Amino acid sequence: MLHDIWFLLIAVLWVGYFVLEGFDFGVGILLPFIGRNDGERRTLIAAIGPVWDGNEVWLLVAGGATFAAFPRWYATLFSGFYLALFLILVALILRGVAFEYHSKRDSASWRGAWDWAIFVGSALPALLWGVAFANIVAGVPVNSSGDFTGNLLTLINPFGLLGGVVTLCLFITHGATYLSLKTEGELRARANAVVLWAGLVAAVAAVLFLGWTQIQSFVAGSAIASVAAALALLAALAANRLRREGWAFICTALTIAIAVVALFSHLYPNVMPSSTNAAYNLTVSNASSTDYTLTIMTVVAVIFTPLVLLYQGWTYWVFRKRVSGDRVAASH
Amino acid sequence: MDALDLARWQFGITTVYHFLFVPLTISLAFIVAGFQTAWFRTGNDKYLKLTRFYGELFLINFAMGVVTGIVQEFQFGMNWSNYSRFVGDIFGAPLAIEGLLAFFLESTFLGLWIFGWDKLPRRIHLACIWIVAVATALSAYIILAANAWMQQPVGFAVNASAGRAELKDIIAVLTNPTVLWAFPHVIAGAFMTGGAFVLGVAVWRLLRRAEDATAPFRTAARVGAVALLIGGLFVVVSGDQLGKHITTDQPMKLAAAENLRTTQASAPFSVFTLWDLSGKQIVSIEIPDVLSILATNNPNGTVQGIDNLQAQFQQQYGPGDYSPIVPVTFWSFRLMIGAGTLAALAALWFLWRMRKGGVPGRGAVAIAIGLPLLPLAANSFAWLFTEMGRQPWIVYGQQLTSAAVSPNIGMLEVGITVVGFTLLYGVLAIVEVGLLAKRIREPLEAVPVAADSTDRPVPFAY
Repeated sequence: MLHDIWFLLIAVLWVGYFVLEGFDFGVGILLPFIGRNDGERRTLIAAIGPVWDGNEVWLLVAGGATFAAFPRWYATLFSGFYLALFLILVALILRGVAFEYHSKRDSASWRGAWDWAIFVGSALPALLWGVAFANIVAGVPVNSSGDFTGNLLTLINPFGLLGGVVTLCLFITHGATYLSLKTEGELRARANAVVLWAGLVAAVAAVLFLGWTQIQSFVAGSAIASVAAALALLAALAANRLRREGWAFICTALTIAIAVVALFSHLYPNVMPSSTNAAYNLTVSNASSTDYTLTIMTVVAVIFTPLVLLYQGWTYWVFRKRVSGDRVAASH
Repeated sequence: MDALDLARWQFGITTVYHFLFVPLTISLAFIVAGFQTAWFRTGNDKYLKLTRFYGELFLINFAMGVVTGIVQEFQFGMNWSNYSRFVGDIFGAPLAIEGLLAFFLESTFLGLWIFGWDKLPRRIHLACIWIVAVATALSAYIILAANAWMQQPVGFAVNASAGRAELKDIIAVLTNPTVLWAFPHVIAGAFMTGGAFVLGVAVWRLLRRAEDATAPFRTAARVGAVALLIGGLFVVVSGDQLGKHITTDQPMKLAAAENLRTTQASAPFSVFTLWDLSGKQIVSIEIPDVLSILATNNPNGTVQGIDNLQAQFQQQYGPGDYSPIVPVTFWSFRLMIGAGTLAALAALWFLWRMRKGGVPGRGAVAIAIGLPLLPLAANSFAWLFTEMGRQPWIVYGQQLTSAAVSPNIGMLEVGITVVGFTLLYGVLAIVEVGLLAKRIREPLEAVPVAADSTDRPVPFAY
């Protein structure tokens, strides 16, 4: 019972992470394309400046909560997807430092280098998280002691790569929608244009991916969520055409949230199915912590998660205005 | 060298590196919050300048602490999967709670502080940096409670059939005697570090930028020196208690700190010892009875020796070597104390030279630059001592480090990540020190002064 709740809460944490850092990734990927000069790129970075770090904490909490609630899942997943996670870590390190150090020197080559770090540091995790989750859902070789027996190349398969393309395109769409909401003038127009083509590619990739997932094994709840995610994405594109950018952003956020729910509901009651032998599957019951630990964690989560949502929401309210190019450019 | 050794090197490198930034983050958050409070209360421009100046240095440092912290959250699973399986029921909860309680607060309110100068009422804006400071300390407590459990496992039972340690009492874990002393020790050490940094930078400015208005940096130098000295005082008191605690709880660590081979009463403390290759002492400067006093508060107290403990552990846990690498524990313990003492002496000297408007001589520039390195080194040696002194255990008395490593990670994979992280961290260290040096050289006036007028640029914005 408790481990089912925690499976749900882990899903919620990943929803939080992908919805929030998803648009940060999108902004980072679009930086060299939408931002055509240094001033514009600084405006784009300023659009996520106050919030990106708080968004990334969702990943740390998702990781920590998986460790606490499902230690065997954490152990198998993190040691199994070793080099993929290493690449993600390197990307996140470079990207985090890049945001903070980008404007600390008045030199074109310095800023250019950090612009690239932001681009690569955003694109790589945006792709690799999709690859990782696709592989988790499809199942990977795991032996009787719960150890992954493949390597990095095991994860590079058509289904995994398609999953990567889906997250990459979804995050670009989500990021472009966010920029259309937070910027003005030229930048806003360019962001709006990106939403359309990126959104269409994302829609095609997502339908293929979620359809392929259902063909592998049909799960009714997951299938319904998949359809809902596709509809939300179409609604986002429609809202964007009508220049209702706030609604478009809500819809891209919903798309990502529902897609994550579709994957997790497809996974349940497994947390990491073994392609070697179904008897070696890690499940919510055989991978979970004791009820005592889960109870403590539940109490902590019930008290503090709403508080976090409250003050993070307040931050978005404080910085609700569009960022204008002039003001940021004037500070140097 | 095998995959286990490489995994240990990786943990050592990434963790010691991470902890170069952590103590500065903790103490500078409080010191900057103090400067901003002084400005809020007095309206004196000097404090605003100091808030901005040290605030920006704080942010340069904070970024490195954040990104290197992500690795910490992941590497238990990556390199230590059998450890994660064995301890997850206990060790995972603090990690999750640290994120939920502390990291969210830190990151969210720091964002508000950086970008909120002209958007938030002054009082609320000030509260943001205080929340950041308190959150860094909270984070330290929670993660130290997790580490304390590895030093002194409490509130648990081993379930042999499930192959894991299971949590029985969370309060016992959170009030572990080890964390009750380790937390003040670490926080006090952090204030020594931040104090040394603030003092060193201020003295450098006073000597090398003599044309500046000196009032702000005279204040900063005093604040830094006092933080360092008060930190030093608490480091000694808490360190003494921690030492007495490990005497009873991890006697092998204490014995290895002194290289005390056989159990003896009235044990001396050697300030300096050289051994030949066979382990025979060549020279040794010893102070009689001091180890017994440190360990037991009694000059005649008995301190257990490595050989006696080894025999005892073999009876208890079966054949094997249960002693750590003694030269590492012996020297890291002394270098920790030595570096910390030197830093405190330097702070006293600066305070003395700067009394009644005095200025230290030009030669003090080198001391000012070297000063922050002393507590940083002391912190690193302290962690080397704590962690290496616990070996061969990863969880004292419960799991051996050799049994904790990921069984499916080979030399190639761990080799790639060791080299990758080390190179990346090395490059980032150069970038970070370069940025700090650049900012330290820049005139105070370069920072916009009017904080809360809306037509001025945001001071720290990207």
